[in-house]
Amino acid sequence: MQELITRAKELLADGTVARVLGWKAGDLEYNPQPAFFTNEKELEEFVYNGFCGANLSKYMIEASKLEGKTLICLKPCDSYSFQQLMKEHRIDREKAYIIGVGCKGKLDIDRIKANGLKGVTGVTGAELTDDCEELCVTTLYGDKKIPYADGMLERCSVCKGKEHMICDEQIGESKDTKTGERFAKVAAVEEMSSAEKFAFFQKELSKCIRCNACRNVCPACSCRKCVFDSTKFDSAQKANVDSFEEKMFHIIRAFHVAGRCTDCGECSRVCPQGIPLHLFNRKFIKDINELYGEYQAGADIEAKAPLTSYVFEDVEPSVVAERSKS
Amino acid sequence: MQRIGVFVCHCGSNIAATVDVKKVVEMAMCEPGVVHAEDYPYMCSEAGQAKIQAAIKEKNLGGVVVCSCSPRMHENTFRKAAEKAGLNPYMVEIANIREHCSWIHKNMEEATEKAVILMKAAVAKVNLNTPLQAGESRVTKRALVIGGGIAGIQTALDIAEAGYPVDIVEKTPSIGGRMSQLDKTFPTLDCSACILTPKMVEANAHPNINIYTYSEVEKVSGFVGDFTVDIRKKARSVDMSKCTGCGVCQEKCPNKKTPNEFNRGLNNRSAIYTPFAQAIPNVPVIDREHCTKFLTGKCGICAKVCQAGAVDYEQQDEIITEKYGAIVVATGFNMINLDKYDEYAYSQSKDVITSLELERIMNAAGPTKGHLERLSDGKAPKEMVFIQCVGSRCADKRGKSYCSKICCMYTAKHAMLIRDKYPDVNVTVFYIDVRTPGKNFDEFYRRAVEEYGVNYIKGQVGKVIPQPDGKLLVQGSDLLSNKQILKEADMVVLAAAIEPEPGVRNIATMLTASIDTNDFLTEAHAKLRPVESPTAGIFLSGVCQGPKDIPETVSQAGAAAVKAIGLLAKDKLTTNPCTAKADELMCNGCSQCANVCPYGAISYETKLINDHGVREDRRVAVVNSALCQGCGACTVTCPSGAMDLQGFSNRQILAEVDAICR
Repeated sequence: MQELITRAKELLADGTVARVLGWKAGDLEYNPQPAFFTNEKELEEFVYNGFCGANLSKYMIEASKLEGKTLICLKPCDSYSFQQLMKEHRIDREKAYIIGVGCKGKLDIDRIKANGLKGVTGVTGAELTDDCEELCVTTLYGDKKIPYADGMLERCSVCKGKEHMICDEQIGESKDTKTGERFAKVAAVEEMSSAEKFAFFQKELSKCIRCNACRNVCPACSCRKCVFDSTKFDSAQKANVDSFEEKMFHIIRAFHVAGRCTDCGECSRVCPQGIPLHLFNRKFIKDINELYGEYQAGADIEAKAPLTSYVFEDVEPSVVAERSKS
Repeated sequence: MQRIGVFVCHCGSNIAATVDVKKVVEMAMCEPGVVHAEDYPYMCSEAGQAKIQAAIKEKNLGGVVVCSCSPRMHENTFRKAAEKAGLNPYMVEIANIREHCSWIHKNMEEATEKAVILMKAAVAKVNLNTPLQAGESRVTKRALVIGGGIAGIQTALDIAEAGYPVDIVEKTPSIGGRMSQLDKTFPTLDCSACILTPKMVEANAHPNINIYTYSEVEKVSGFVGDFTVDIRKKARSVDMSKCTGCGVCQEKCPNKKTPNEFNRGLNNRSAIYTPFAQAIPNVPVIDREHCTKFLTGKCGICAKVCQAGAVDYEQQDEIITEKYGAIVVATGFNMINLDKYDEYAYSQSKDVITSLELERIMNAAGPTKGHLERLSDGKAPKEMVFIQCVGSRCADKRGKSYCSKICCMYTAKHAMLIRDKYPDVNVTVFYIDVRTPGKNFDEFYRRAVEEYGVNYIKGQVGKVIPQPDGKLLVQGSDLLSNKQILKEADMVVLAAAIEPEPGVRNIATMLTASIDTNDFLTEAHAKLRPVESPTAGIFLSGVCQGPKDIPETVSQAGAAAVKAIGLLAKDKLTTNPCTAKADELMCNGCSQCANVCPYGAISYETKLINDHGVREDRRVAVVNSALCQGCGACTVTCPSGAMDLQGFSNRQILAEVDAICR
């Protein structure tokens, strides 16, 4: 972290960048928040630790409009989002100085608590040290030790890899955290009967309080005017006719980001209700991979996206229909 | 809210017999905005149109809903009628209560309920309609014909005669197509080449016709009146401007082991070859896959013997880009693969052949110089069996469901020719039905039976079993005498089904022309627009549209030409004003719409946008309405809903859905 701060100070001092986009401590130890830093003094608040899961790519949309360059810290998975936004002409590469920061897996306080821990007051071991094998959780009932991996975000256990898709320089080491299969849960849902699927999503989505956090954090959901806020579609502020209508929000959102979602997992990370929202997006990604060949949004700026390009070999709609029958 | 008039057509009894039209009128009057509703037996008649016009004037209507047949039939009629009465034609909506309702329902109550719902949807839509103005686009006065068989040649000649330049793209080294492979033609038994080659020569010599042989269409963009086509001229390895067509190269070519496609693989040809003697152009092609020079680098004899120095091993494929106003598809047909019909022993015996192979055997330029002989041992056959409907009229998925149409006649022709030339040969034909509609066709078939003594047996063949002595044991049934037949034959001829040339799928995709489940191109209307594709500016000629004999193909080729000429004769086309439009305030500038636009109609501009007081430079989508064809791909791709289709806006469609669900 210190190396990162030192380098940021240098780049601010020599005028390469006008501001730094990183993380600063939040009101609690385990919720650092995205922040802009414009001088050396402000940088004293800069943090980078195991809880810095927030993907900063989306902030670059507004930063692209500002004078001068912005130093942006990107974890390997964030770099997919950054590149996808570049591809969509939403951010200006020339306005960014990218430091690819190392990642040893990001933590999730809810996962930590799920280890049977109550009254958590602090966590140590989240600092990015070489080993980071163990977390020490201070609770009202005494200190507990849990393996680092047991406190990690789900997305880190199915990590896309620790390689930065785009950056100007790299600081910090990464560590492979992949232990699971990315589409295992989607495959399990696919196996369910229609009634079971409906019950599963009914149960999960009925927790939704429509706080819009998933949408607001999503790099793919960065329309100037979201259809859900627009007066043009008679859908803004519409009262729900029944309890299921709320769920349509998530289904529509999944359709809107289909083919552009990099599977950064921010939607699930920020959901205060713990809904596994990423499953919708991953289902689309799995289908795209199966129907049109492997595709990772944000991995390649030149690659044609399967849903917005046509090649003769594309599956016929009947194939899709056949597939959904089975 | 518009002032809306609803007009419900009885269509004689087509609608009124199944839909309670009075009820639809009554319900229409309850819809918001509707100030007038009436029914009439024939809304499309002069009197019916006059009723609409009178109501527009008297009730000061701002929108019109006609509940009638498909908009494909009369939308234009009603738009024009409304326009004459001073209403913008795009303020007219059709509720299709015939094809979508009365024709598919039997129960009057249900049909009436549905008709009311369809009416409500149309009223909801017209409430949000806005007046639109049609624009104009230019017409490139040049036609492209894909395929150089008799269909393509005839279409090209007719268009060229009308004074428009035409390009023919033919994928093989010569024009001529299937007809050039035929020996004689029914029902007159004249020599196929004798009637085809004058047409080929005429096409070649015509100042308005340009022929690209050994070429394929690679890419098509644009739209009616303004297509841009990339044509790949495959490397011939022979300079067309230098070659004199002397044929020495083909004689001297040491590699004569390549199956001769023109003779259906019954004999071999050289690696440098012209497919047949009358080929146009009379310039050979080097088959690079089989040429020793290209395979091993050692040979080069053809270049040495060529006096004109025309052989060019370095020649490259060339891409020609040309603009066309109209495109005619004339890709023709092929025989089906007989792998699935091995009960007839096609793969097991050389003496089981297809009808097209028999054509080549009977032809003086064919593999046996026109002598009827068994390919296994060269002996003259004494017993010949013809099997009809091999893969045609097939009830299961093994073959084709359709009748190939030409087989009954050419089999009668073959039988007659054989009996005439070789009276000692017995000819037996197994058939399901003999189908001979067509001028002088039934007479022709009867001559085969009555004058030439061809033995026709109604029944199908179950199996052909090659015997150790070289004979073929044919096991069939005679349905008329209800007997099983076992017959020894020397040769068996299979009337294999025909199917569209496989490459047509690719071409149809490039042209966005629809094809049916059998890969035949679909007509715009099965009865009333049989030579037009539903895609504007694409016309259909010959067997690519459905099985046809030569006279029918030539008639259809002429009809397709007339349609193409009708288009080329226009200086301007009225464009559809239902084009896409981007809301600059909502546009993200993400380029997804431009990625999906098949017409290249969307570009991006950086503009100073005033978004509720916030002024900033933004990258926004701009639609060129002259290029936009209103397909709507962009509107569904746009994540923010900034892109909308005029006349079919998201709001209008949602209003329709709401009205249906209400």
